Amino acid sequence: MDIIIQFLSDNLPMITILILASFLGMEVIGKVPTVLHTPLMSGANAISGVVVIGAIILIRRAEANDYLTLSLGAVGIALAMINVAGGFAVTDRMLDMFKKKKK
Amino acid sequence: MENTITEVLYLISIVIFIIGLKGLSHPESARKGNLTAGAGMGLAILVALFAPIAGGDNNYQWIVGAMMVGSIIGLIAAKRVALTSMPEMVSLFNGLGGATAMIIGFVEFYNLSAGQEMMSATVLTNLFALVVGAVSFSGSLIAWGKLNGSLRDSLKLPLPHVINILTLVAIIGFSAYIMMQPTLPFNLVILLTALSLFYGIAFVTPIGGGDMPVVISLLNSFTGIGAAGAGLIYANHVMIIGGILVGASGTILTVLMCKAMNRSLLNVIIGGLGSKGSGAGSDREQVIKEANSGDLAIQLKYASKVSIVPGYGLAVAQAQHVCHELEHTLEAEGVEVKYAIHPVAGRMPGHMNVLLAEADVSYDKLQELEQANEDFNSTDVVLVIGANDVVNPAAKEDSSSPIYGMPILDVEQAKKVVVLKRSMRSGYAGIENPLFFGENTNMLFGDAKESLNKLKEEVKNA
Repeated sequence: MDIIIQFLSDNLPMITILILASFLGMEVIGKVPTVLHTPLMSGANAISGVVVIGAIILIRRAEANDYLTLSLGAVGIALAMINVAGGFAVTDRMLDMFKKKKK
Repeated sequence: MENTITEVLYLISIVIFIIGLKGLSHPESARKGNLTAGAGMGLAILVALFAPIAGGDNNYQWIVGAMMVGSIIGLIAAKRVALTSMPEMVSLFNGLGGATAMIIGFVEFYNLSAGQEMMSATVLTNLFALVVGAVSFSGSLIAWGKLNGSLRDSLKLPLPHVINILTLVAIIGFSAYIMMQPTLPFNLVILLTALSLFYGIAFVTPIGGGDMPVVISLLNSFTGIGAAGAGLIYANHVMIIGGILVGASGTILTVLMCKAMNRSLLNVIIGGLGSKGSGAGSDREQVIKEANSGDLAIQLKYASKVSIVPGYGLAVAQAQHVCHELEHTLEAEGVEVKYAIHPVAGRMPGHMNVLLAEADVSYDKLQELEQANEDFNSTDVVLVIGANDVVNPAAKEDSSSPIYGMPILDVEQAKKVVVLKRSMRSGYAGIENPLFFGENTNMLFGDAKESLNKLKEEVKNA
């Protein structure tokens, strides 16, 4: 019990952010026409590539001769960048087709 | 001072993300929204690259090299992928994001300082990023394989639900055990990674290919949550909020997709559409009538209202352009043509709209389920092109059918139904379709693109 209380009190700002962000996410996305579900999923997927920032911090913090961290971190960055660059590009391709329609 | 600037810049990227997502949810602002979110990502990455950091050697050559490799692969893949393969592409991209969260969790364990107390938020968030990232990674790869056809649905583990629950219990048990140790048992971390990867496989394999969109959406939210978990390791707000936004959006989308199929999420995960046939077909006369494209062309030409029900088969045959041409030809003859789009037509909600948009089909010709069902009884001919489960009356009539309760396009209300299909094979859900034996149904076998081309010519010449 003490451990839980301690954990909560140590991390209260983070927990607050987590909870508020989940509500925000649901509110922002709540009312989407079906047409946009696939592009939205694809765009949201690209945003989840934000994890690349963690891999960048991981490598920046590493010693220059810590090859395990550097190589695994580099793999992480590369994979996450595929997610980011590919994700935004593919979403743009999908949405481009909608735009063409409007005129 | 510099830290404050870093935090403010991160905050700005968070706001840009939110504006971008908001834009993505309205048709007229969607494209700008996507680019906005991309700009937010660019800013966040720049801040992560140049923000002052305590200790470490920066190692920029590794970062820049890896970023270039990843971006180039991603851009090329995005440019080359066929529109029909988009869902599996999204699934693959999603898995890679999960892999990064897993790698971060793993390496952070490897580098855990000797004095680190195990029963702490640090260890908990590490475990969380590792487990969720790994599940999302292996699960997405399985979903990708299932969608592109390299993994068959028949490939199943024995007693999938038992294995699933045991693995999940083992993951939670080992995680708790690791936290209760005085020092880090690194071998257990390796075992935990393997177990989590296995869980992703065990979780997705029993689910039928037809339910993959729901699974991808769910895994998409997992990756978001995994990214947020990795963000907690570094107390990085942009990762936490970005990840949670995706987690929430993935969850909402998953629920919306389940609703469209009239099923609960639990039912999708546990049920897994079996391949058992439906009993409804048996009391109907099992005779199919083949259509002749010459006759059909005449019927189409003199119809006043024609409705097209496109399915994944249309997309696979790349027939959306020919379909649009046929629509033009018919309209030139004074026929009113509409498209009836089932919410789960294609492989993802909205997928069919993207495919038809590619072929320049006008927005206002697309009807949603309810509108389309109201119009069918005044429709002369319904062309069902490569769709199957979404027009299967068993969903209404046969309570033993695995798709019972799913709202369908009620094409039987129309005067005539013509089903364009490659063969009599059952649809993605693997069940018989009594519609094909219906009284006013005719079948036109063959490749959708060829059949439509032929029809178009016949209409012109008729």
